[in-house]
Amino acid sequence: MRPILFLILLLTVALALAIGLGETPLSARQYLQAFASPASPPAEILWSLRAPRAAAAALVGGALGLAGAVMQGLLRNPLADPGVLGVSAVSALGAAMCIATGVAVTPGAIEIAALAGALLAGALVVFLAARLAEPQTLILFGVALSALGGAATALVFNLSPSPITTSEVLSWLLGSVANRDWSDCAAALVPMAMGAGLCGWAARGLRMLTLGEETAALSGLPMARLRAAAVAGAALLTGAAVAMAGVIGFVGLAAPHLTRGAVSDDPARTLVPSALAGAVLLVAADLAARLIPTAEELKLGVVTALFGAPLFALVAWRASRSWRG
Amino acid sequence: MTAALELADVAVVLAGRTVIEAVSLTVAPGELVGVLGANGCGKTTLLRAALGLIKLSAGEARLADQAVGGLSEAERASRAGYLPQERRIGWNLPAWRVAALGVPQQPPARAREIAMRALAEVSMTSLAERGVLDMSGGERARVLLARLIATGAPLLVADEPAAGLDPAAQLLVMELLRARVAAGAAVLVTLHDLTLAARGCDRLAVMAAGRLIALGPPPQALAPDILAAAFALDGALMETRAGPVIAARRVIP
Repeated sequence: MRPILFLILLLTVALALAIGLGETPLSARQYLQAFASPASPPAEILWSLRAPRAAAAALVGGALGLAGAVMQGLLRNPLADPGVLGVSAVSALGAAMCIATGVAVTPGAIEIAALAGALLAGALVVFLAARLAEPQTLILFGVALSALGGAATALVFNLSPSPITTSEVLSWLLGSVANRDWSDCAAALVPMAMGAGLCGWAARGLRMLTLGEETAALSGLPMARLRAAAVAGAALLTGAAVAMAGVIGFVGLAAPHLTRGAVSDDPARTLVPSALAGAVLLVAADLAARLIPTAEELKLGVVTALFGAPLFALVAWRASRSWRG
Repeated sequence: MTAALELADVAVVLAGRTVIEAVSLTVAPGELVGVLGANGCGKTTLLRAALGLIKLSAGEARLADQAVGGLSEAERASRAGYLPQERRIGWNLPAWRVAALGVPQQPPARAREIAMRALAEVSMTSLAERGVLDMSGGERARVLLARLIATGAPLLVADEPAAGLDPAAQLLVMELLRARVAAGAAVLVTLHDLTLAARGCDRLAVMAAGRLIALGPPPQALAPDILAAAFALDGALMETRAGPVIAARRVIP
């Protein structure tokens, strides 16, 4: 329980900072005013601009952190994550096709398209994982899928009949939670809650997979259903995260890695801490994207990649040693 | 008494190739049966077919008198525990958590209790909290054996449980399996060490090219003509003061 409480505390602090700090400096009196009268301009900034954006970052980070932990457990691979394996990229492709074809005006269409992409890629990855003896080969497939998804997304926007701004394309490819409001958060909450529920149910199956497919098959657990739930849950979480914020890499990789040690490597007990750590990471990364003074605001995915890519290299280095042994 | 495992005229065809043909074998409670044969002769496939992990193209596999194909996952697990050849452990779980994976349906406290008892049986109590990836190969093999024991299944199936271990650890693995047999379990193992098999097993099933070419007590199943047919070895089983030993003179060209 202790790591979970610590992470909840950390998340509270991160959210408070994300709501309190911003480009517009506020005086102490304005902060008080924001709490006292909900209709005042400072209250508008805090509760209608910063708070929903921080909540969106927390939701997306939590979803990706959980999805990453589930994928790592499912594939017994510390390098697995929705970004690395191309699930996010194919999900974004689904959303992009939905936007480019004009279907996106229907409410929920982007979410469903992103989810379909995530499910398709998730199923493909699991299908491949069962046929590849070498865990690193799967990562290579993921890298290829990710590159293909990213390129196809850019192509779809290029060929789109209605002009789409470069900034919007970048938002999908690099990820952003700028200008999200409470209704965006509410819309994402439903698929995310469903995904989290499925992942929670599949947790014992993930722990059993520590010993490999064959041991799990004879463990007495309904492995086929647990595996399907894990894939569907991770896809729902990734799809909802992508529909809300585009492709954000490395959170799903870093969150389980940072929390695993606190729960003695248990893939089942990593899930909740990993979701919380993902939320903390992304709220902090979004705060950094807002506060780092650049001409145009940094994209969230750029910030996560700057910190995440070196971490990925470190995890890969360690994993390669254990695979050799 | 009902056999824990009964294979009747089993055949397996994988990707158009007949891997196993006409194998009949029973394993009774209180009996340790070893499956021997050269690499690629179908030993692992036989175990997997017996446990319902691959489809039979002919014949029948029964666990405690029920066709394996008709059993639910939970029913199958209550009849047989399996230690596969693949030993890669994904995460550095503490030893007791690995042993507790033998009883995933039990509530956590009970699962831990069962796991600790199994670890005590393999003399690993002092390392219960240690991560399995921080252990030596011999220690890890014992933890995996504890997981198999923790299942409490009446039939224990182990695919090369002694592979890659030093001589003392190999003997220990056989002793632990013998202890389960003494407690009434039926045990089916594949082995490569013929001397170990001759000493530890009640009966041996010798395979060559997917067929059973001998089935019986070690002196009979390891007769010179069987050694020649199954392993291309010119050799013999010799009784010594330290127990039976396989002496191989040369490889038959």
